Order: sequence, then C-alpha cells, then structure tokens
Amino acid sequence: MSDTGHSEGKLRYGMVIDLDKCTGCMACSVACQAENNISFRADESNKLRSITWMEIYHLNNGKGYPDYQLAYLPRPCMHCDAPHHSPCTFVCPVNATTRDERNGLVTHIYPRCIGCRYCMVACPYHARDFNWWDPAWPKPMESMLSPEVSPRMRGVVEKCTFCSHRMMKARSKAYLDKADLEAVEYTPACAEACPTKAITFGNIRDANSEVGKLIKDPRAFRILAKLHTEPKVYYLSRHEWVRKQADNVVKG
Amino acid sequence: MDKALIPEGLKRCPLPVFGIWVLILLAIIGWGVGAGAIVLLKALNVTGLNDYFGFGAYITVDLAIIALGAGAFFSGFLYYGLSRFFPALKELYKIINLAVIIGFVCYTGAIVILLLEIGQPVRGWFPYWHANVHSMLTEVIFCITCYAIVLLIEYVPIILENRKLQEHKAVRVFGHSLHDCMAIFALTGTFLSFFHQGSLGGVAGVLFARPFAFRGGFFIWPWTFFLFILSAIASGPAFTALVCRAIEKVSRKKLVDYSVYELIGKIVAGLLSFYIVLKIIDTLYWAFVQSPEFGFTLGDFYHGSAYGIWLLITEIIICGVIPAAVLLTPKGRKNSFLLFLMFFLDIVGVSLNRYVMTVQAIAAPVMPFDKWEVYMPTVYEVAPSLAMLAYCVLIISLSYRYLPLFPREKELNAAYK
Repeated sequence: MSDTGHSEGKLRYGMVIDLDKCTGCMACSVACQAENNISFRADESNKLRSITWMEIYHLNNGKGYPDYQLAYLPRPCMHCDAPHHSPCTFVCPVNATTRDERNGLVTHIYPRCIGCRYCMVACPYHARDFNWWDPAWPKPMESMLSPEVSPRMRGVVEKCTFCSHRMMKARSKAYLDKADLEAVEYTPACAEACPTKAITFGNIRDANSEVGKLIKDPRAFRILAKLHTEPKVYYLSRHEWVRKQADNVVKG
Repeated sequence: MDKALIPEGLKRCPLPVFGIWVLILLAIIGWGVGAGAIVLLKALNVTGLNDYFGFGAYITVDLAIIALGAGAFFSGFLYYGLSRFFPALKELYKIINLAVIIGFVCYTGAIVILLLEIGQPVRGWFPYWHANVHSMLTEVIFCITCYAIVLLIEYVPIILENRKLQEHKAVRVFGHSLHDCMAIFALTGTFLSFFHQGSLGGVAGVLFARPFAFRGGFFIWPWTFFLFILSAIASGPAFTALVCRAIEKVSRKKLVDYSVYELIGKIVAGLLSFYIVLKIIDTLYWAFVQSPEFGFTLGDFYHGSAYGIWLLITEIIICGVIPAAVLLTPKGRKNSFLLFLMFFLDIVGVSLNRYVMTVQAIAAPVMPFDKWEVYMPTVYEVAPSLAMLAYCVLIISLSYRYLPLFPREKELNAAYK
C-alpha cells in the first residue's frame, strides 16, 4: 500500500468512452441490463426509480438550428480512484461497498447492504440505484437470467461492477493456465456490445495498453475532475463544448 | 387507582379529560404505526424518496429531533458537571427531570424512525457486526444506541419516584442508589451525545463529492461535526424550556421559576452567538473560497422557491442572529413573550439547518448536465414522523401526570393561589 491508500500493483481497470464514436444506440445499456440481471418494471417512466447501470445522457451545445449539435454520454459507475477511499465506499456503515485495491474495482455486497442509501447520497454521478421494489421479470425471462450474477433483493443498492464476474472468470482461467493474474484482460458487456467500438476497457496503469494510450489523448477528459474523485472512466471528444460540460466552471 | 398514582399534594386534570388526550395521541400513533407497517411491508416505494433523493423526511426529522433532544445531555452536563464550579447552574435542577425525559423520547423515537428509513430493516443489526470504522454513520448508530440506553437508565429513577412505587422499600433504595450515581451516567451521556451530535454533522460534512455538504475540518472531523454539536447545545435547552412552558400553559400551573427560563436564555444566548458567528464564517468560506474551487458559486446552490436563498437567510439571520441578539440582552430575557419567541426561532433554525444539510444538500445538482429535482414526502413519511412526535408527547404527558417531575411545583402553585 502507498501512503495514498492505493495498492502499488500494476493493475487498475478503467474505461475510455469515445463520444465522437457514440451514436446513442444504447446497445451498451441493454447489454448491461441483460448481463447483470437488472430487473425492470412494466412502467419504467419514472427514471428516478428505474435501475440503469449504464445511463445515457443527452448533451447539446445549447444553440439553435443550424448550429445545434448533440452528443450522447454513456455513464457507468466511475469506480473512483480517489486516495484512500471512493466517495461511496468509506461512508458505508457496514462495509457493503468497498474498493478492491488489487484492481480498483468498486463492488457492492448485496446481502450485506442495509439499504441506508448513504452511498447513493455520496455519489455525485448518480451511478447507484436502489431497489425500490422486489425484483421481477416476465415469466420466460426468469429462466434466461445469468447464473453468474446474483439478482438483488428489494431494499438494497446496486451499481455497475465493470462486469466483475467476467474478471473472476478470466482470473480463474489465468490461474489454471498458470498465467500472470495481474495481466488478466477481459471485456465488460457494454464494451463488447458497442457497435462502433466507442468503449475501450483495460488496465489504465499499463501505458502500452489501448486504454493506457487513449487516456493520454488530447481529447481525453473526466467528469467532475475538480472534485478529485479520480474517476477511472475517461471520455474522448473533439468538441470543446462537450468537454466544457464535463465540469463546473465559475463564470466571469 | 389513578389518584393513587398522582404525586402527593399535586393537582392534575380529571381522568376523563386526560383519557381523551391520551386517546387522541394514541390515534395519531396508530396512524403512524399503520403507515410504518405499510412501509415495512410494501418497501420504501410508498415514500417520496428516489434515486436522486436517497435521504428525505425520515433523516431530516431524525436529525432535528436528536438536536432538540440535546437539552438532556447538555443540561445534565451543566448541572452534574459544571454546577460545582458555577453555582448558578444549580438552578437547572428544577428542570433536569424534564430534560432527561425529552432526551429519552427524542432518542428512542429517532431509533424507530431510523428502522423505517433503511431498506432492509431486518439487517438493522449489521452495523454492529460489520462496522466500518471510517463511516460517520457507524459512529451515529453506536452513539445513538448507547446514549438511548444511558437515557433509559437516567429515566428509571424518575419513574421510581412514583408515589405507589415508593411504597416499596427495595424500589426506594434502588431509586435512591441510582440517583446517587446519576452524575456518572450524565457525564457518560454527555460524552456519547457529544459524539453523536457531531457525527450527525459529519455525515454531511465528509461527502467530498457533494460540494454543498462537504467541509474541510480538523483531523478526521469536518467543521460540520463541531457546528452540529454547537447548534444542538444551543437549541436543546431552548426546546426543553419551550416544552416546559407548553406544559405550564396546558396545565395552567407554574412549574419552574421564571429565573430558570432566564438562566436557560442566558446559556442559549451565549452558545447561539458563538455558534452563529462560526456558522457565518463557515458559510462565507464555503461560499466564496471552497465552492469556487469546485466550480460553483453560491447562486448555483439555490434554486426556485423550494430551494431558494431564503432558506439561508431564514436559518442564519432570522433564526440565528436575531434570537442570539435578543437573548443576549437582559431586557429580551425578562420579557416572557420575547424569550419564548426567540427560543422558538432558535428551534426552527436548527431544524431548518438539518433539512438543508440533508435534502437541499442533495437537491443541488453536481454534474453540469444534471437538473434540479424537488423532493416531496408522502403520507408514509409524514404519518410515522407525526406519530413519533405524538409518542414523545404521550410519554411526557404520562410522566407529568404520574411522576414528580418538577421539585418546586407544589411550592410555586401554593404561592400562585
């Protein structure tokens, strides 16, 4: 451990989303929903109560036609890498949500969560959702649930895990193959589903990895960088107006 | 039987009148219990909470009631701890029993509301087992439980003062022995409640990704930790005094000397002045130094009528500066109407502060493309909260009727006539 509370290891999973490539098709969001057994309700019109791990925000440049421009911003959990703690992890009274210092993933133990929602309040990205109802799926869908991800009960918080179950699978394989566990690579469902390859995932500490190179791109930025939450999700955009919307700026 | 339970030499209203009063309170409690049962059965989807407003009325009411219950620990601290150095504080003996009962009902009521607030109430014991020592909420949970137990221990000797119970020698001796060691419990309670009030402030202050709530601080404690303690001890005794006055008005009796109210007024004046000066410094630093570093101006934190700047003005000026200024003057304390009006404003101010640090803190958007949302509690939040208040009133009513709460009541009312 370093004095910032971070592991000295070489592994830190992160994501880069190229907004110039994102078409807003929401395939990432749907793939995430299916992969992670995210429950839904017949009426999903109340977006403040629906569960979406990969939220898609619709940004525009605020100008009228013909100067109007728009962009889509997919927002998974940022798996914040702030020194010592993520904003959500250190507030949890029962250690239900923690950051794995071996790889930087912020995970949530559902059977331990008491549903106090303090982590939701602490997260400025609204990356966490509460189970306001018992999870339910229409009849044939229940048999299609993934056996690798536990469904969440009502009254607990859930969020994007960067498909940590895929990482576990990849690590198991690497262990059997006697490969380096810290060099394990895997792809989350959202990145796999993106038709334009806008989402890249990997080890951001590896300068030679694709994500390692992309985060050095001049187009790269993070949301709310001024808060020092150190998100591990980076965005790319060639548009100045998009990059400006990533953080708050005192005018004048 | 009823008459036999009433303290000797004291007059209470006829049993039927008291019965009707109790029935009204029980009806409100029943309404709240029913609403609470629905919350437990149907889950929190019946409330006005959502993914944007993770905290709402339950937490606000809890924070406010805990602050107002601070009269118990602080009066105990002044009486048992400081009165040997400042004999004038011995006057608080006349109101200390009521302060303890108010503290007891506030804390126990808050615990019940907390159980409704969590999504998995059956896992309510997890914080003791899987405690995260870094979480302010862990500190809150441990302190509220321990202090509620201490308050129960402090309440027992008051109950044992009942005329019928005093007929038993063993009870008398036990009650007397408890009285003798009450200073230890009072000081233990002071320690626990001090941290509890502070950690409630810390709950908001440590949210480093929420610029509205976040504050720097000293060591592991954000400034809100200290501000919450100060505001609680500046308003708790005022609340005790106001409840005492309310009992006097309802029972049409004089229960404590006016000098006690004046003394409380003086204590509140000093503490409130100190608090409000620090609060103003904190607000100025937050608004003009800290927030701009995060890209926010003061105007970004206030919006529309529900979350307008009026909240800040009301909290600091109307319910802070004005009561502090009036209570600092002997004239202001001498005037009974002004004194209790200022106590009331003080209480409104601290409650508003708890609301702002809970609801407004999360209503203010953080991401630039976020929108303001408005939180509106439902009947399932309002009913249990009112029931909790009714429970407080019920316990105080029963205690007043059957226990000798006010040592000077007999004398004062004999002279009154």
